[in-house]
Amino acid sequence: MKVFDLNTDSVRALNQYLHDSPSGNLSVTNPAGRHCIACGIDDAVEVSIDGHVGYYCAGMNKTAQITIGGNAGPGVAENIMSGSVRIKGNASQSAGASGRGGTLVIEGDASARCGISMKGVDIVVAGSVGHLSAFMAQKGRLVVCGDAGDFLGDSIYEACIYVRGKVGELGADCIEKEMTAAHVHGLEDLLVATGVAANADDFRRYGSARKLYNFDIDHADDY
Amino acid sequence: MPMTTERKLSLRPSATFPQHVLDEIHRAADQGIYEIRGFGAKRSLPTFDDLVFLGASMSRYALEGYREKCATDVVMGTRHAKKPIELKIPITIAGMSFGALGANAKEAIGRAATAMGTSTTTGDGGMTEEERQSSKTLVYQVLPSRYGLNPDDIRRADALEIVVGQGAKPGGGGMLLGHKVTERVAGMRDLPVDIDQRSACRHPDWTGPDDLAIKIQELREITDWEIPIYIKIGATRVSYDVALAVKSGADVIVVDGMQGGTAATQDVFIEHVGIPTLPAVRMAVEALQELGMHRKVQLIVSGGIRSGADVAKALALGADAVSIGSAAMVALGCNRSVYLEDYEALGTAPGYCHHCHTGRCPVGITTHDAELEERLQPEQGARRLRNYLTTMVLEIQTLARACGKSHVLNLEPEDLAALTIEAAAMAKVPLAGTDWIPGNNK
Ligand SMILES: Cc1cc2nc3c(=O)[nH]c(=O)nc-3n(C[C@H](O)[C@H](O)[C@H](O)COP(=O)(O)O)c2cc1C
Ligand code: SF4
Repeated sequence: MKVFDLNTDSVRALNQYLHDSPSGNLSVTNPAGRHCIACGIDDAVEVSIDGHVGYYCAGMNKTAQITIGGNAGPGVAENIMSGSVRIKGNASQSAGASGRGGTLVIEGDASARCGISMKGVDIVVAGSVGHLSAFMAQKGRLVVCGDAGDFLGDSIYEACIYVRGKVGELGADCIEKEMTAAHVHGLEDLLVATGVAANADDFRRYGSARKLYNFDIDHADDY
Repeated sequence: MPMTTERKLSLRPSATFPQHVLDEIHRAADQGIYEIRGFGAKRSLPTFDDLVFLGASMSRYALEGYREKCATDVVMGTRHAKKPIELKIPITIAGMSFGALGANAKEAIGRAATAMGTSTTTGDGGMTEEERQSSKTLVYQVLPSRYGLNPDDIRRADALEIVVGQGAKPGGGGMLLGHKVTERVAGMRDLPVDIDQRSACRHPDWTGPDDLAIKIQELREITDWEIPIYIKIGATRVSYDVALAVKSGADVIVVDGMQGGTAATQDVFIEHVGIPTLPAVRMAVEALQELGMHRKVQLIVSGGIRSGADVAKALALGADAVSIGSAAMVALGCNRSVYLEDYEALGTAPGYCHHCHTGRCPVGITTHDAELEERLQPEQGARRLRNYLTTMVLEIQTLARACGKSHVLNLEPEDLAALTIEAAAMAKVPLAGTDWIPGNNK
């Protein structure tokens, strides 16, 4: 396995290698909270990062499987397209922001704005998420096994939110929706695929009331 | 009958409630929503028209028109990028989204820009195949909405432009009303068809300049530090914003004044937020000079640029290039006196149209309706835009030669005088016939 030790190798050298001709598995040691580690990969490699990372780790990932052994800074896996990113610790704000595909798994908690502007990614958080999570979320699924902070799903479009624990105040135009059998099955499959131990029956579903999709003078108070 | 005529002559309009204000109150009372419209500010503002060039005479040496060379090439992104952008002319085409514009308009613009050796820019809604194919040099916008953003398009872009704001609406996000959110547009943006789409006004993964510096680092890492990164701001607190953009690591800064066009924005935003382009240029140049970064970080200025004279004056004040949106649309036929019945159906007329938001553009520019789009053939549109750009370049060269400059970037504030006290204060050039610059206490 190729090893990049960020105490001696630069993030630039690591990313250039990942963009040029990566093959097989890769291990990154001593990340020490550095920013922009393993971003822009377009290859089905496996990258294992042994420690904490700073901002935008695994940004815009395509097809790679990336595991972060520690905690992740803001914007982890932002705009992820495909592949998977797994965080063993906690994630800072804007995890999976504007993600368009693939899977993001956070084994700990995620801070504010988790899944903001998400456009198709599946995000599974084993812990809780902070305020304004799934803000303006357009597509994809945000699964929260713990609690969700205030203003969940504010101005949400067609994304689907599942929460097992308590939910603070819901955001504008976000409502609780029926958990149909199809939703339970879909969620079950996602939990199994991501290896997160939780029972799909215990979740409630939230989504858009679609009242803000077209301007209506009678809904002006919600704007 | 004579009585009626006399009566009419004595009618007095109110200065506080002129006809357009009365109309707007009636409209608001009917509809209960602010007016959303296209085009830029319609109110009168201090502009480049308030400046004149001091052509050469005894104390300066003019260049021979057409014979002595007056170069127009400029390079964007020399600070960090391995592959800066080389432009043959100092006029670029501003970001206008596919969605706001139809595919034919986008293609026409791409072809014209390519033929002229300049760049064009994507917009809120992502990159289309048509514009990538037709544009040799394409700047790819990274907007708060992130609609359609993807690393493949990032890698095939020639530069990235992080949009913090726009002159028409500093502090506001994009808008595209339901009738323009067609299946193709909705698909590119991952949104339902037909909704009134309002884009975010803040980026989802950074908040202040410290974060932005790291965001730029990420984009540089993804593109292997090859292409320039621009930051676009709407003109408000220009001195601070330009300094912070430099600190964040921008290669190029785009400053868009309040005259800047839009496809759909609240009228109250267009007319009442931001400062005009004239003071914005000078503030941006001074901020760059204070940091020792003038000409190292390039400055592109936009908002109400209409002619070679406007461009030459912006360059003389210290900009490296300008960008045009509305004027490019006008060259394509916007507000032209044709298809009068279609203007009328929108409740407007040529010369007054600002109805891009309706999706029913009479001349086929800001529409996705197949029948209307047919009216703008990419090849003909490109020809018209090329002619217009060529004319502007000839005008800039004429003015630069008259001031004795062999390169348009050699134009300088010294070559200018102001016709009004306001313009003298805003542009910091002396009022004509005096050495007075209001507010300059030195
Ligand atoms: C139809 C239209 C669509 C626009 N769309 C965008 C956009 O998507 N992103 C952006 O940053 N600016 C957008 N703008 C603003 C332009 O990029 C530019 O700032 C402005 O047009 C410059 O002023 P001017 O129109 O007076 O030349 C748009 C402008 C117009 C006219
Ligand atoms: S003519 Fe078309 S492009 Fe011009 S203002 Fe009217 S709708 Fe907009």
